[in-house]
Amino acid sequence: MASAHTQALPRPTLRRRPAFSLRRWTEREGVFSWLMVIPPALFLMALVGYPFVYGIWLSLLDRPVAKPGVFIGLDNFITALHDPVFWRVAQNTFVYTFAATALKMAGGLALALVMNQEFRFKNLIRAVMLLPFIVPTVLSTIAWMWILDPSFSVINWFLVHWGITKPGPSWLGNPGWAMFSLIMVNTWRGLPFYAITLLAGLQTISPELYEAATIDGASTFARFRYVTVPLLKPVIFIVTMFSVIFTFSDFQLVYVLTRGGPANATHLFATYAFDVAMSGGQFGLGASIALSMLPPLALLIAGMAWYMRSEKT
Amino acid sequence: MIVEKRGFRARSLKLWLPLGFFMIFNLFPFYWMAITSLKPNSELYSRKIMPLIVYHPTLEHFVNLLSETNFLLWTYNTMLVAVVSTAISLIFGVMLAYPLARMQFPGAALISFAVAATYLVPQPLLFIPLADIINRLGLGDTLTSVILTYPTLLVPFCAWLLMGYFKSVPHELEDAARIDGATRLQTMFRIFLPLCVPGFISAGIFAFTLAQNEFLYALIFLTKTDVRTVPVGAIAELVRGDVFYWGQLMAAALLGSIPVAIIYSFFVEHYVAGLTSGGVKA
Repeated sequence: MASAHTQALPRPTLRRRPAFSLRRWTEREGVFSWLMVIPPALFLMALVGYPFVYGIWLSLLDRPVAKPGVFIGLDNFITALHDPVFWRVAQNTFVYTFAATALKMAGGLALALVMNQEFRFKNLIRAVMLLPFIVPTVLSTIAWMWILDPSFSVINWFLVHWGITKPGPSWLGNPGWAMFSLIMVNTWRGLPFYAITLLAGLQTISPELYEAATIDGASTFARFRYVTVPLLKPVIFIVTMFSVIFTFSDFQLVYVLTRGGPANATHLFATYAFDVAMSGGQFGLGASIALSMLPPLALLIAGMAWYMRSEKT
Repeated sequence: MIVEKRGFRARSLKLWLPLGFFMIFNLFPFYWMAITSLKPNSELYSRKIMPLIVYHPTLEHFVNLLSETNFLLWTYNTMLVAVVSTAISLIFGVMLAYPLARMQFPGAALISFAVAATYLVPQPLLFIPLADIINRLGLGDTLTSVILTYPTLLVPFCAWLLMGYFKSVPHELEDAARIDGATRLQTMFRIFLPLCVPGFISAGIFAFTLAQNEFLYALIFLTKTDVRTVPVGAIAELVRGDVFYWGQLMAAALLGSIPVAIIYSFFVEHYVAGLTSGGVKA
């Protein structure tokens, strides 16, 4: 709307056809916009677009570190698909993503509902609750590493002290417990993000809707099911989408806590690709493993988008 | 408000009990971090004594951390990288967001789609090709490597957040400036951007915490001790072989977290506004 009369400014000059003026040219809306957009767009193309395409090319090469690559077509992908560890990694990634996302959603929604009441020091408590999300992940994971330490775990100290178990589980040494621990730590870190975002969503729901539902005789659960959930759905969708992408491609937590062990039980796509490419020195194979997380991730997101659409109609 | 009168018991059951549970769950690791960093080794590695309290607090781990390792240098590196990459990201973010939010031009839809797509590309998809590119450019083990690559994570995010903010500013002031003969650049710098300071703080604080948090690129690109950032330095150098220097590790984790926490505490409201704008406005 504003463009209608801002564009009118340079137009009268056309009638007299003066000499080309650089200044007038750059004042045109389209020219000015593109002049602004081009530098950052080139930057992103060089450091996101190009590496992305180059990664696809790398995945088609046999490319040991510091040696020229040899084109081998889809051989890397075939090697990966015949590698039992690759399938273990795929399974781990799905288990990790689903379990952690479900826990973060449930816990985040619970915390958001609790915090959607009136109480003293609300802003202070909200700020403090976000700390796990603010503090650099690697640093807070170091604290978790010590909480889950094989010999000096505090959790085990209490379990033994209260006589619940004798030695206490080896939180990071046993395959099942290691995955469980990773899911818990991921939930711990991500839950505040869910809670605060969902809380903001809850606050946009008009109290009149709840009052109307109460007058119509709706129970607490019915109000939650038929007022809160439907109105919160768009927020839930966005938050879940972000969380699924970043949980599926998680690296830091696993690298710090277990390095994929014991016996590959906690390797995810990202950490396995890192191991193959950086520690094993096979850039091509590593790139193909990293790329193979794209199709399932795209399917997950498409599935969620489709679900959201079908719910709306 | 109507149902709010059922007294202290109902309220503590509905509010304080669950809130207390979440507080303990969320904050215990920080308490543990702080307390461990103050324990002498004899208490750290004892399975007999109650672990939740410190009996003889000591600063020896902090002293050792600062005197035996390059922790201060890592902190300086982390800050430098975070500040510079945040500044670059804000500038590029404005250059993308201003035209996309305030103007109409051919190709705008394509650009905004590309920005959203870059935002969603997970980092582990790019680290292998990027490692190769950085090496060929001869940028391995320089802070430039991360100063160049962090904005790839931050620019799309800043652009997205700023676009939302820019769209909420009314057009009248800019129109008035244009009618008075200001050029587009003058209008943008003198009239428009000063109105958007809260948006910059939101985007900046968010980008800053993300830059402090980054680990993967720093781990791959920075392999020498004098260019490392705090997270990489702590993981790579305080764990020597199979020996974990727990006291120093915790001291490093605590000292590394404090700057972020302090800056965050000054701008909580802006941070929350940035955090929730993505989810709620969409």
